Amino acid sequence: MLRFVLRRLLWFAITLFVVVTISFFLMRSVRGGPFDGERALNEAVERNIQARYHLDWPLWKQYLQYVGPVNLGDTGPEMLGGDGSDPFTGILVFDFGPSFKYRDFTVNDIIGQSLPISVSLGTIALLWALVLGLSAGIASALWRGSGADVTLRLAATTGIALPNFTVAGFLVIFFVFLIPVLPVAGYGSWKHLILPGFALGAPFAAYIARLTRTGMLEVLSQDYIRTAHAKGLPPRLVILRHAIKGGLLPVVSYLGPATAGILTGSLVIERIFAIPGTGSHFVNSALNRDYTLAMGVTILYTVLVYGLNTLVDFAYTLLDPRIELEDS
Amino acid sequence: MAKGLPNSGFDLGGRELEELAAEAARFKGESLWQDAWRRLRGNRTAWWSFVFLLGFTALALFAPILPLPSPVSLDLQLEPQPPVPPWETFGRSGFAPEYWELSSLDQLLVDARVGLFADWQTGPWLGTDGKGRDLLSRIVWGSRTSILVALAAALCSLAIGVTYGAVAGFLGGRIDNLMMRIVDILYSIPFIFLVIFLITIVNEYRAELEDGWGIDRETVFYVVIGAVYWLTMARVVRGQVLSLRNQEFVEAARVLGASTARIVFVHLVPNVLSIVIVYLTLTIPAVMLFEAFLSFLGLGIEPPKVSWGLLAVDGSEMVNPVKLYWWLVVFPAAAMGATLLALNLLGDGLRDALDPKLRGKD
Repeated sequence: MLRFVLRRLLWFAITLFVVVTISFFLMRSVRGGPFDGERALNEAVERNIQARYHLDWPLWKQYLQYVGPVNLGDTGPEMLGGDGSDPFTGILVFDFGPSFKYRDFTVNDIIGQSLPISVSLGTIALLWALVLGLSAGIASALWRGSGADVTLRLAATTGIALPNFTVAGFLVIFFVFLIPVLPVAGYGSWKHLILPGFALGAPFAAYIARLTRTGMLEVLSQDYIRTAHAKGLPPRLVILRHAIKGGLLPVVSYLGPATAGILTGSLVIERIFAIPGTGSHFVNSALNRDYTLAMGVTILYTVLVYGLNTLVDFAYTLLDPRIELEDS
Repeated sequence: MAKGLPNSGFDLGGRELEELAAEAARFKGESLWQDAWRRLRGNRTAWWSFVFLLGFTALALFAPILPLPSPVSLDLQLEPQPPVPPWETFGRSGFAPEYWELSSLDQLLVDARVGLFADWQTGPWLGTDGKGRDLLSRIVWGSRTSILVALAAALCSLAIGVTYGAVAGFLGGRIDNLMMRIVDILYSIPFIFLVIFLITIVNEYRAELEDGWGIDRETVFYVVIGAVYWLTMARVVRGQVLSLRNQEFVEAARVLGASTARIVFVHLVPNVLSIVIVYLTLTIPAVMLFEAFLSFLGLGIEPPKVSWGLLAVDGSEMVNPVKLYWWLVVFPAAAMGATLLALNLLGDGLRDALDPKLRGKD
C-alpha cells in the first residue's frame, strides 16, 4: 500500500518536472514577449518591466526562481543577499508568479477566482454524465436487443460522435429559443450552469452508457448471478446487490480519463457560454502570450489529472479484490 | 506421382489419391482478410457506414469539379439567407471561380468545372452564412480539409506508434520498460495544453518556417496532432508484439539469419495489422474532433480555408437572442455527426470482423 503510494508520488514528481521544464524553456525561447504591444515601450519602462519579471536574469536563474522554493531576488533570504522579507517563492510553494497580462493580479489570484467556477461546472457535468450514462447503460443491458436498447445505443454512439460545442448549439436552440427557460450565457446563478454542464457531460454520458452496458452484460452471464436467481432472490435485488457492483468496474476505471476530458472540454464550453472559469483563462492566456498564466494552468491541470487518476486506481483496487496494488 | 503412401497399410491407388486431391481442392482456404471482408459485408450497419464514407470521400475529392458555388465568394447581405430547397431553385448562373490558393491538381479540376458548367451553379440548397457564402459548398469544401487533417494525422500517429510499439515489444526487458515508462509519463500530461502552447509558439515562427523550410502551418498542425495520438497505438502494438515474439515463426526467421529490423517490420508488423486498422478507424474520428476543437479556439485551420471546425464556430457564433439561423448550426453538425458516427460504426464493425474474439466488447 505504502509502496504503491510512494511509487506513484515518485512518478508524479518526475512527470511534473518534465512538464514544468519543457513548458518553461519553450515559453522563454519564444521570440516576442507579452510586452511587445502595439506601441514600442520607452527604454526605461522596458527595463523596469524586465527587472520586475526577472527577464534580465540568465535563463537558469529564472528557471530556479520559477521552480523555487528559494527566492533569489531582492526580497530573498539574507544568506543570498536579500532583505529576508519573502524568502520563499516559486511553484514548489504554490506560487505561480505574477501574470504577464493582468499586471495587478498574480496567477494565484486569477486561478483562485476562476477555479471554483470550473470545479462546479465540471462536477455538474460529471454527475450528470454518471447518472444518465449509468441508467441508460443498465437499462440497455437489461432489455438487451429490444427497441429501447437499440435506441439508447444509437444515441450513445451519436453522443460520442458529436463535438461538445455542437451539442451546446443544439441545446441553446432548444432551451433558450424554442422553450425559453434557461439563460443563454454568462455566469451568476445555478441556472447558468445547467446547459453548459449538460453539453460538457454529454459525450461522457454516452461513453459511460456503452461501458456500463458491456460490463453489465458480462456480469449478467456469470454463474453467481444464475445462483442468485436460483436461490429465489427477486430480480431487482439480484441486479442491485450482485450485478451492479461487478458491472460498474469498467466505469470506475474510466472516471480518470473522463475527468481529464471534462477539464479539456471546459475550454470550449466556458468560451461558448461566457463562463469566467479557468479554461477560458487558459485559452486567452495562450493567445495573449501570458505565459506565466498559461503555465500555471497547465501545471494545475496536470496535478488535477494525475491526482484524480491515482485516486481512481486506488478506488478500483478497493472495489475489485482480484487486482493488487502493483503499479504496472 | 500418385503412389500409395509408404508403410501406411492402406493401398491408395493413384485414382483414389486424385479423387482426394480433387475433393480437397473444392474447399478453398480463406485468408484472414477474405474472412474479415465477408464478415464486414454481413454486418449491415458497418457495411452501409463504409459505403457512406466512400461516397463522402468521393464527394470531397471531386468537390472542385462539382457545380457548387464558390465557398468564399462574398455576397454581402444583411443576414444569412435561409435554405431554398432544390425543387424551388435548382440552379442559377453567376458562378465566379474564387478560391484560396489551390494546389495545381485542384486548379485543374476547377478549370474542368468551368469548362463543363460555365457559370451555372447550384442554388442555395442549405442557405448561406452571415457573409453570403453558400453553406452547401462550404460544407463540401470543409470536408476536404477535415478528411485530409484526419488522414494525415492518423497516418502520422500510425507511423510513430507502430514503430515505437513494435520496437519496444520486440526488444523487451529493460528497454521496453523504459520506453513504456516514457509513454506512461506522456499519458499523464494533459496534452491539449501542451498542443495549444506549441501551436502558439509555431505561430510566432510561421514566416521563417514557410520561407526557410517550406513547411506551412498546416503541416506542423498535422504532425503535432499525430504526435499526440500515437500513445495508444504504441501500447496496443507493443502488447501484440510481446505475445508474438516468442512464437516459432520468429525463431525460424532468426535461425535463418534475419536482422532485428527485418523481423520487426517484415514478420511482426503484418501480424498486428488487423488491430492497428481497428485503432486507426477509431483514431480518425478522434482527430477530426480535435481539429474541430482547435479550429474552434482559433488555433487550427485559418480562414479563408474552411473546415468543419470553423463551420461549427461560425454556426455557434450566429446563435443570438434576436434571430435564429438554425441552418448554420444544424447542417454542419449533421455532416460532421454523420461522418463521425459512420466512422465509429465502421470501426466497431471492423473490430468484430477482424477479431471475432472481441465481439461485443468495448
